[in-house]
Amino acid sequence: MKKELIELRVNGRSHEIAIEPSKLLLDALRQDLDLTGSKRGCDDSSCGACTVQVDGTPMLSCTMLAASCEGQEITTVEGVSEHGSLAAIQKAYGDWGGSQCGYCTPGFMMTVRHLLSQNPNPTEAEIRGGLSSNLCRCTGYSQMYQAIKAAIDAEQKGMAASR
Amino acid sequence: MLSQLGDDAKLLAGGQSLIPLMKLRFANPAHLIDLNFIAGTSYIHNANSALRFGPLTRHAEIENSDIPARIPILYDCAAGIADVQVRNRGTIGGSLAEADPSGDWAVVLSTLATQVRCLGKNGERTVHLKDFIQDAYTTALAHDELVSEVVVDIPAKGSGGAYLAFKRAAPVYPTASAAVQLTMDGNVCKDAAIALGCVGLTAIKAKDAEAALRGRPISERTLSAVAEAARAAADPQSDMRGSADYKRTLVGALVRRAITIAVRRARGEHVEVSHLYA
Ligand SMILES: Cc1cc2nc3c(=O)[nH]c(=O)nc-3n(C[C@H](O)[C@H](O)[C@H](O)COP(=O)(O)OP(=O)(O)OC[C@H]3O[C@@H](n4cnc5c(N)ncnc54)[C@H](O)[C@@H]3O)c2cc1C
Ligand code: FES
Ligand code: FES
Repeated sequence: MKKELIELRVNGRSHEIAIEPSKLLLDALRQDLDLTGSKRGCDDSSCGACTVQVDGTPMLSCTMLAASCEGQEITTVEGVSEHGSLAAIQKAYGDWGGSQCGYCTPGFMMTVRHLLSQNPNPTEAEIRGGLSSNLCRCTGYSQMYQAIKAAIDAEQKGMAASR
Repeated sequence: MLSQLGDDAKLLAGGQSLIPLMKLRFANPAHLIDLNFIAGTSYIHNANSALRFGPLTRHAEIENSDIPARIPILYDCAAGIADVQVRNRGTIGGSLAEADPSGDWAVVLSTLATQVRCLGKNGERTVHLKDFIQDAYTTALAHDELVSEVVVDIPAKGSGGAYLAFKRAAPVYPTASAAVQLTMDGNVCKDAAIALGCVGLTAIKAKDAEAALRGRPISERTLSAVAEAARAAADPQSDMRGSADYKRTLVGALVRRAITIAVRRARGEHVEVSHLYA
């Protein structure tokens, strides 16, 4: 198929790439932009490992065309760190064992960050519901729930300290 | 564009059905017309006692709107489709146009007065939902037409509804589902609409079950009769989600539960429901 030039904005930067119009966003990110954080877990829209944010909203990059995203802001796990160091939620996942083999983690990061931006103090049930879209074969999830609560606590303490 | 490009062209809305089908090579269009770039196609308007949905209105936009206060059954539906990523992308127009036998919207909307606006090169026409969905994956749309709006009448005061689906996990279609919208007069059901999902090639309007409810007081006896009629109306297939018998039993139980919630909502109670997981 003939390639076409498209412009993608990813993690705050614009990129012009020549790709087939049928190329999946996931493949454009991984193959054309070398952003290999987003993972292909199932390729059938059910595991969430490929989750990215499009204009702040989590979506499956394996179930979207890159060309559909022209003009929108895409955020991948590579864009999550803050000032060159891990974001609180990334650090908490590491500290609490929320990440083991790590394959699912980039997808979880994108989903969890959206959950917390919508609802900074979710209940356990809301966390479970919010994460029902992402699969992990290693952790058993409880470590993630602990990590998320720890990140929320850290965030609240940080806010209290800076007051 | 559709008429110029011919049969090899397809519309792309949320892509949450079409892209998986293209990956499986079940769909192999030569041209995709991406509706996501058409401004003003995603909206919810409230006018003349009806809600009007733009074709590209995402499930999540409906979930997060002020719909629950007006028509709770629409919220039950929107908030229960797949998972958050799919809801953020998938659209109400795409769901009806796909006419997937397991799709949730067609089931819920068939318990309300719903019309589908279809736009083609010769103008726009309005089709009742019951005439729009003709068979599994088959609609009244001509090849060069698209869904331009979905119009749902707001039920009168004293009416309440509920939609319950039984699912194995979030990102999968339900095993069976039931939608109930009814109008109460004291403890007597004045009018009822009941639709069953995933137990036939299209959503099934359970007419005998509706008749067993209409004009009756809500009692154990009524509920048993309605559930029995719903089981009889179901026409399920055995598949990986469960045997035909299992789905038939399930759908009866779902109808029963949905009625009790719909009755409470008709009385003005605020009742939150969520789909049931295996
Ligand atoms: C993992 C997963 C789980 C899911 N679970 C559920 C579920 O539990 N319940 C449920 O109801 N759905 C479920 N879905 C499907 C989802 O709701 C889809 O979004 C929906 O069925 C199709 O909408 P879409 O906007 O994605 O359409 P697309 O995939 O873009 O299009 C579907 C079809 O409709 C046509 N089309 C789209 N828009 C129009 C239009 N305006 N006019 C005419 N034709 C049009 C397209 O050409 C295509 O043939 C699931 C999807 C996935 C990936
Ligand atoms: S790779 Fe996209 S959902 Fe699994
Ligand atoms: S850490 Fe291995 S799959 Fe989640």
